[in-house]
Amino acid sequence: MNRKISCSINGKSFSTTIDVRKSLLEILRENGYIGVKEGCGAGECGACTVLMDEVPVNSCLYLAIWADGRSIRTVEGESRDGSLSAVQQAYLDTGAVQCGFCTPGLIMTSTAFVEKHKGETVTREQIRLQHAGNLCRCTGYEGIIRAVEKCLSDKDEEAKPVISKACDMET
Amino acid sequence: MFDIDSYHKADSVDEAISLLLQNPNAVPIAGGTDVLIRARQGNPDYAHVVDIHDVGDLKKITLRPDGTILVGSGATFTDLIESGIITDNIPVLAQGAISVGGPQVRNQATVGGNICNGAPSADSAAPLLVLNAIVELKGPQGIRRMPLHEFYQGPGRVDREQAEIMTALRIAPDDYQCWVASYHKYAMRDAMDIATIGCAVACLPQGKQVGKLRLAFTVAGPTPLRCWKTEEKARGAALDPSLIQLVAESVLGDLRPRDSWRAPKDLRRQIIKTMAQRVLLEALQQSGVSLS
Repeated sequence: MNRKISCSINGKSFSTTIDVRKSLLEILRENGYIGVKEGCGAGECGACTVLMDEVPVNSCLYLAIWADGRSIRTVEGESRDGSLSAVQQAYLDTGAVQCGFCTPGLIMTSTAFVEKHKGETVTREQIRLQHAGNLCRCTGYEGIIRAVEKCLSDKDEEAKPVISKACDMET
Repeated sequence: MFDIDSYHKADSVDEAISLLLQNPNAVPIAGGTDVLIRARQGNPDYAHVVDIHDVGDLKKITLRPDGTILVGSGATFTDLIESGIITDNIPVLAQGAISVGGPQVRNQATVGGNICNGAPSADSAAPLLVLNAIVELKGPQGIRRMPLHEFYQGPGRVDREQAEIMTALRIAPDDYQCWVASYHKYAMRDAMDIATIGCAVACLPQGKQVGKLRLAFTVAGPTPLRCWKTEEKARGAALDPSLIQLVAESVLGDLRPRDSWRAPKDLRRQIIKTMAQRVLLEALQQSGVSLS
């Protein structure tokens, strides 16, 4: 059950022969894109998130054959010439990374969100809603939300202290 | 690797039908968010697939000059949420779509799959039921159309022949123009969860009376259900607080909630009564009617 597919991965054209029974997650990892993580394998945790034509999808529930003719972005393509992307840097700055397993998938979800909403004012609820498909068991999400807010606010401006929901509840 | 024994990719609806005919054990796969989970679990019912993921004709959402809305079965939930045709004319369906899973699932999962897998909890089902959606199927014998409530036959069972493809859901202008409607999903989490109860209400006000009222619930019976008796009782009722009372008292008579590990029957009955009132009020507020 083999078929040939041609797609683009992180801007480079890529052709290979795949078994149609394989998920995109398997094909990516077999070809060295091991930043893409398998968590639940059932579309619930988002650790395997990649951008398919700029749209976040769970690569574990995506047949590799569907990638034919499409363009894929994984976390491997986000840093350029040794510099982290704005989203990656913001994750570091806000402490949005702990164990790191969910991070590659979350970076891709945040990247799609930031690129889609650049220049817009977004609410925390919008950020939460659009990140609800990525589970993180370490951080409590606060740093992740702050990272997204940081990317969407004016870069030249000093990052303003953000009052967190957790703080609101404590007062 | 998924437990798939045979795989055929279709580029058109007609090709999908002929592939399904040639492979009598095959099921269609569109978004894959249900089928691939079952194939991964080794479920033999999903071992043979005909792939309609890239059939462009199924993805269209169109508004006909006569006001009929055609929602292609292959439209994803994100397509529904971002379609002006949906948000301008039948926003209740967008309310259902936004409550599905999480963003990645909404980017992949299709409305046709949500209906065809026959789940009693389908988030698009209650909005489509109160919109009186007509299911359009194409098969070897041609095209069949039926109301959505007749399409549902039991838990996980719908009236789709093995070689048929659901092409579209059709909503007639008389079923949404001048109507107000609302949907609410009650679940334990705000995302990535299956509904404990889903409720959609649509009302066609006529002066200070109810012209027509439609209520539909998910997870309140073996299939998503309309509340026929309550709807009949409400016809011609005054748009005042007694309507809320009428609906709350009547609605359980139309439904058959049960115990499951998600929620006991008694809790479901309580949620149903509360949601019927709340969603009715939400819908009526859109037409400026306040019953309180």
